[in-house]
Amino acid sequence: MLQFALWNRIFIIGVVLAGLAFAMPNLFYGQVERHNDAIAEIEATGVTSDALAADRAGWPDFLPATLVNLGLDLRGGAHLLAEVQVEDVYEARMDALWPDVRDALRAARDQVGTIRRQDAVPGELRVQISDPAGLAAAVAAVRTLAQPVVSLTGGFTAQTLDVSGAGDVVTVTLSAEEQAATNDRTMQQSVEIVRRRVDEAGTREPTIQRQGDDRVLIQVPGIGSAQELKDLIGTTARLTFHPVVGRASSADAQVESRQLLLPSLDEEGVFFILEQTPVVTGDDLVDSQPAFDQQTGQPSVTFRFNPTGARAFGEYTSANVGAPFAIVLDGEVISAPSIRQAITGGSGQITGNFTVTESTGLALLLRAGALPAEMVFLEERTIGPELGADSIAAGEIAAMVAFSAVLIFMVLSYGLFGVFAAVALILNVGLIFGVLSVIGATLTLPGIAGIVLTIGMAVDANVLVFERIREELKTARGPARAIELGYERALSAIIDANLTTFIIAVILFTLGAGPVRGFSVTLGIGIITSVFTAIFVTRLIVVTWFAWARPKTIEV
Amino acid sequence: MRRLKIVPDQTNINFFKYARATFGASVVAVILSLGIWFAMGLNFGIDFLGGTTIRTESAQAVDIAAYRAAMEPLGLGDVTITEVFDPTFGADRNVAMVRIQAQEGAESVTPEIILAVEAALQAVAPDMTFPSVESVGPKVSGELITTAVLAVAASLGAILIYIWLRFEWQFSVGAVAALIHDVILTIGVFSLLQIRFDLATIAALLTIIGYSINDTVVIFDRLRENLIKYKSRDLRDVMNLSANETLSRTLMTSGTTLVALLALLVLGGDVIRGFVFAIFWGVIVGTYSSIYVAKNVVLMIGVKRDWSKPDAPTGTQFSNIDA
Repeated sequence: MLQFALWNRIFIIGVVLAGLAFAMPNLFYGQVERHNDAIAEIEATGVTSDALAADRAGWPDFLPATLVNLGLDLRGGAHLLAEVQVEDVYEARMDALWPDVRDALRAARDQVGTIRRQDAVPGELRVQISDPAGLAAAVAAVRTLAQPVVSLTGGFTAQTLDVSGAGDVVTVTLSAEEQAATNDRTMQQSVEIVRRRVDEAGTREPTIQRQGDDRVLIQVPGIGSAQELKDLIGTTARLTFHPVVGRASSADAQVESRQLLLPSLDEEGVFFILEQTPVVTGDDLVDSQPAFDQQTGQPSVTFRFNPTGARAFGEYTSANVGAPFAIVLDGEVISAPSIRQAITGGSGQITGNFTVTESTGLALLLRAGALPAEMVFLEERTIGPELGADSIAAGEIAAMVAFSAVLIFMVLSYGLFGVFAAVALILNVGLIFGVLSVIGATLTLPGIAGIVLTIGMAVDANVLVFERIREELKTARGPARAIELGYERALSAIIDANLTTFIIAVILFTLGAGPVRGFSVTLGIGIITSVFTAIFVTRLIVVTWFAWARPKTIEV
Repeated sequence: MRRLKIVPDQTNINFFKYARATFGASVVAVILSLGIWFAMGLNFGIDFLGGTTIRTESAQAVDIAAYRAAMEPLGLGDVTITEVFDPTFGADRNVAMVRIQAQEGAESVTPEIILAVEAALQAVAPDMTFPSVESVGPKVSGELITTAVLAVAASLGAILIYIWLRFEWQFSVGAVAALIHDVILTIGVFSLLQIRFDLATIAALLTIIGYSINDTVVIFDRLRENLIKYKSRDLRDVMNLSANETLSRTLMTSGTTLVALLALLVLGGDVIRGFVFAIFWGVIVGTYSSIYVAKNVVLMIGVKRDWSKPDAPTGTQFSNIDA
C-alpha cells in the first residue's frame, strides 16, 4: 500500500495538473471573458478591430480559456418561466379544418342536407346539418378527413380526429393522441423561436429549456429586467396580409361571417373590415430587415417571401391592383396601403408610424418567426448586477476566511499531516473549479455556499484517515504499517459516508431548480474531488514524504 | 510540537449514562418543534406562497411606516416590509424587502403593479434602486411545495435503503430516526424565529440530511467493525467504544465545517444568510443526533450479533435501556 506504481503517480499528478490548468482561467475572469468574447465576435463578424485584437491578446491562445458560468444571482439578469398555451393551436387547427369539413359535407349534400357551422368552445368544431337522418353519413364523411397520427414512436395507429354526432350536430375535435403530438410540436417550435429571438438580440449565454409538458424556462444574464425580456419573447409576432373589405369607425360595426374587424395600430377609432383568410402569412417570410422609406425617410421594415409566399402574394396583387390590403400584426392593422402594381418579386416594405427602435424590433421578431401559441408567465425574477457583484465579493471573503480558518485548525491538530491536508484542500478547491469549468456548470450563490461547505467537509476524509493512523500507531508495528492500515481501514467509512451524501446531491439535482441545482452540482463535485484528493493525493504526498524522510517514528 | 486536541487521546465516555435524559430531551425537542410549527406556522417565502418580493436599496434610512403608507393607495392586499441588516452594509446602504401577496386571478404580478410600487416607493426615497424583483405565480408555488416534500421524502427513503443494504435494517431505522429528528428541529427553529422558509431552505434541509448521515455512518461503520471484533461484548459497551474511538473525528469534522459555515454566516451577505443558518444549525443538531439519537434507537431495537445463525431472535436482550 505504501508503494505507488509509476503510472499511478503519473495519472494522479496528471489529473491534478489538468484540473488546476482548467481552474486557472477563473482567476483572471475578466481578461479571459473578454478574450472569449473577442474571439466569438471576430468569428461572427469576420472583422478584427484593434480593440478586439487587444482583448484577444489579453489571454494567451494556447492556455485553456473555459470559465465557470456565473448564474443569474451572481451576474444579474432576468429569469422567466412561461407556460405555452398549447390549446391555442387546437383552435387554429379546427379553423383550418373547417373548409375541408365543409367541402366533405357538401359532397354528401343529398344525404345530410344543408350545413351550418355553429359556435363552439375553442378547439371544437360543431356543424349542424339540416337532415338529422343523414347524421351517420355526415360523421362518416368527416371521418375520411382524419389521418394517422404522425409520432416519433410510430407503430401506434391512432387517428388525428375524434368525430361524433348527436341529434343534428357533428362535433369534431383533435384526438388525444393528436393533441399530445401537437403539444410536442408546439413546444419544440416555441422553444426554438424563443431561442432565435434571444439569440437575435445578441445576449450572452442564455438558457432556454423546455420544462415539463408545457413550460419554457428562459434565463438571460445581463439583461436589465424581466420586462425587457418579456417584450422580446412575449409577443406572438404573427404577421398576416388580408384583403380589405371596408373601414369602420367603431368596434361594434357589423361584419359578415368569415370577416374580421380589427383596430388600426396607430389611428385611434379606426377599424378595418378584413377577410378572415389571409393571402399570405409570416410563416412564408425568409428575411426581414429594418430600413428607411426612400420617399419619406421614415423608418420601415423590409421583408422577403419564400417562393410559395412570393407566388401567392404575386398572384393576389396582380389580380387586385388598386384594391387596399392590410398588413396585420397580432390582431392590429399596421397599415392598409393600396396595391399600386403587382408585386411579383416576393419582397416588400412595411411603413407605419415606427420609431427606429420599433422597426428594428419588428424586423427581429419577423425574422425569428411567430410563436405558435401565446405564452403566460408564471414566474419572473430580475436580479440587478450590483447585487450579484456584492454576493460574489461576500462569497469570496467568506471562502477565504473559511479556508484560512480550516487550514490553521488542521495544522494545529495534525502538525505536518495537517499541512499535507491543507495542500490537498487547496488542490481540492482548484479541482472543483476545474471540473465546473470543463463541464460548463453554472455557479450560483448557493453554489458558493456548497464550495464553502465542501471546504469544511473536505478535510473529513483526511481526518478519518489521520485519526485512524493515530489509532493504529498505538498498536501497529512501526509507522509504515500504521499509515498503511490507516488508509486501508478508513476507506470503508469514507466511501459509505460520502456515497450517502452523494445520493442527496443527486436527489437535489434531479428535483431542484435553478439555484438549488447549482448547489447540488458543486456539492456533488466537491464530494468526488475531496474523496479523490484524500485517498490518492494526500496519500501520494504522505508516501512520498515517508520514502524521502524515512522517519523512525511519526506523530500525527 | 504541541497539538491542538479537541478530544484527549483516550476517552472512555459512557454515552448511555444519561441516555434517558439525552434521548428524552431529543423527544421533547421534537415534540416542541412540532408544536411550534403547528402553532406559529412557517414564514413561507414566495417560492411556496406565490407573490412578489422587491428588494429596495437607498441612502436614506428605511422608514417602514412611510413605505407602507406610500403603498396603501395601491390596494395590493397583504404587504410585508422588513428591513435587512448586514455588517457589510455601510451607513449609506439601507436595504429592505417588500413583499406583496399573490394577486387574485393573476399568474404573476403584472409589470404595471411592480412599476406602480416602484414609483410609490421612489416618492418616499427618490434615490431608491431595486436590485432584485422576483415574482412567482400561485400555480408554480403549489408545485414547488410538492417537489420540496418529495425531495425530502426521497432522500430519507434512499438513505433508508442504502444503509439497509450496507449495514442492517436496525441501523437504517436508527439513522433515519436521527435524520427526522434533525429535520424537525430545524423546521422548529425556522418557525420559532420566523426565518423565511423557501426553496433554498429545502436545499439546506437536504444538506443537513447529507451531513448528518455522513456523521452517523462513520460511527456505524466503526460499530460494525467492532461488533465483528468483539463478538461477545455487550452491545452497549461496543457502541460506547465505537463512539469514543470516532469522537475525535466527529468533533474535528464538525469543527472545521462549523468554522467554514461561521465565516459564511457572518461575511456571506444577507441574501444567503437564512440558507447558511439552516445548515449551521443542522450541523450542530446532526452531530448531536448521530451520537445520542441514532445509536439509542439502534440499541432499543437491538442488533443481530451472530451472523452464523440466521434466525436468532433479535432485539430482546439489549432492548432494556434504563441506565
